[in-house]
Amino acid sequence: MTDPTLPTPPRPGRFVRLAEADRPTLHLQIDGQPATALAGDTLLVALLQHGRRVRDSEFGGTPRAGFCLMGACQDCWVWTPEGRRLRACSTPVEAGLQVLTRPPAQHWPPTQDLQQSLARHGGQP
Amino acid sequence: MNSPLNPSPNAPLNAPRVIVVGTGPAGVRAAQVLVQAGLRPVVVEENARDGGQIYRRQPLGFKRPYTKLYGSEAAKAQALHRDFEALRPHLELHTDTLAWNLTAGELHVVREGQPQTLPFDALLVCSGATDRLMPVPGWDQAGCYSLGAAQIALKAQACAIGRQVVFMGSGPLLYLVASQYQQAGARVAAVLDTAPARKSWAALRGLLARPRLALRGLALMQGLRRAGVPLLQGVSPLRIEGDAALGVQAVVVKDARGASHRFECDAVGLGWHLRAEAQLADLGGCQFDFEPLSRQWLPRIDSDGRSSQAGLYLAGDGVRILGADGAEAAGRLAALAALADLGHAQGQALHASEAPALRQTLARMDRFRAGLAQAFPWPHAQAASLPDEAVVCRCEGITAGTLRHCVSELDSHELNRAKAFSRVGMGRCQGRFCGHAAAEVVASQCGLPIEQVGRLRSQAPVKPLMMNTREVQP
Repeated sequence: MTDPTLPTPPRPGRFVRLAEADRPTLHLQIDGQPATALAGDTLLVALLQHGRRVRDSEFGGTPRAGFCLMGACQDCWVWTPEGRRLRACSTPVEAGLQVLTRPPAQHWPPTQDLQQSLARHGGQP
Repeated sequence: MNSPLNPSPNAPLNAPRVIVVGTGPAGVRAAQVLVQAGLRPVVVEENARDGGQIYRRQPLGFKRPYTKLYGSEAAKAQALHRDFEALRPHLELHTDTLAWNLTAGELHVVREGQPQTLPFDALLVCSGATDRLMPVPGWDQAGCYSLGAAQIALKAQACAIGRQVVFMGSGPLLYLVASQYQQAGARVAAVLDTAPARKSWAALRGLLARPRLALRGLALMQGLRRAGVPLLQGVSPLRIEGDAALGVQAVVVKDARGASHRFECDAVGLGWHLRAEAQLADLGGCQFDFEPLSRQWLPRIDSDGRSSQAGLYLAGDGVRILGADGAEAAGRLAALAALADLGHAQGQALHASEAPALRQTLARMDRFRAGLAQAFPWPHAQAASLPDEAVVCRCEGITAGTLRHCVSELDSHELNRAKAFSRVGMGRCQGRFCGHAAAEVVASQCGLPIEQVGRLRSQAPVKPLMMNTREVQP
């Protein structure tokens, strides 16, 4: 059991903050889990502070973590639970944002591809 | 709010309608000329804030000073931002707005799913550039970024792309980004340059066109060496190692003498100079010419930035990669040319007095560009030697072998045909990051000079639109 009074151990995030760490904290949810970001963070930075991937490639399922950060490669699109799509590198985090790094199943016809993808990630169609 | 059809009170009713796309160095200087001439230009910017990429602004609430963000270029960045602030009341700015198509006399834009058609008498496209990429086996793994991405993470978000970063590629940005990371406290595992250490006389002659800039580049290399960063020149990239759980874990290269080196890392920044974002010029029907030094097709412009299409002007890195200083000069000159062509009396006078010096500045910067292209060449032979299993199209995971199969078995000796058969260049990035390498793969496979396999035709929309984007109401 972890002691909640101890400081949280460093997260296995991909990006490393080097400065500008004294901004207000914002709370969001990533794949249903509570997470924090700093005001002014892009969604991509928030995702990569908490993990090593942003989404999975729809061609082969390998993890992706963005590529160009300037809105050109389109490799960082994620979802809201309502099925709205967000380009993570150009979307600023807002308090209360809920983001999914895998497509919300109920908004798509349950094709064979989607079922296979969900089976790979342990989700329900 | 003013729409382009309702000119502002301070612009005469018959004032020409001029649109500027982009608010980087070229776009800002172009808009400035137009405002000085008494027009109220429409300015379209894809990002939330002005500044473009090289002088990209950090979000509100960030506190690093200009010197920290832009180093030796701090004064120029600050001047550009300040000048644009001053222009704001005199122009109609559309931020977060994508210019996605260009038809005769009309620019098609979209903002948050709301489309709009903007008619114009003159259009100045200052669309900038993105990184030019050469595939390396394993570059499709999480943790590989473009050099520009690595710089944006630092400049706009105060983040490093990883705990231990390898930078690989060639060109000025390679050393600049690596130095910026090292100075910001990030750990740079290695800087790996595919260009040979020894530069040709032709390259050196070109670099001497801007001696101060050349010396600054040398100082960056020395600074990295002094900081103990391994810096290898003349490398051949062999592979980027990693796995699905962690992403990239190491970069393996062969040095100039043939010895292998492996550098552990958790992130890689890759890039070989820049490539022009020339899609709007292409959709507008502009002629393109092959530029042999950098082995790429670029829109044709005259000395002042006029394209082959009347009323369509191109300036900045979206047409010639001269860097930020060149973009400022080119933006100003193209806007002056547009005013002169529109028969604007004050514009004609300004154009006549300023154009000669601006052309001279641009010619000098173009000599420097040619020097850079020779000193840090695009490593086209690497495309030919990519193993068949290496991914060329990272959007859809299509390999060099699949592309080569389309060339040899399906007779695709032209790039758009090879794209149709292989889907290389058809994915989400629309060929931005694979197109140049794919052309090299096709050319080497069918034994044709690169300029004979064609270039990827641009398609509208220049970036994906949402399926729920409203149709434009007539």
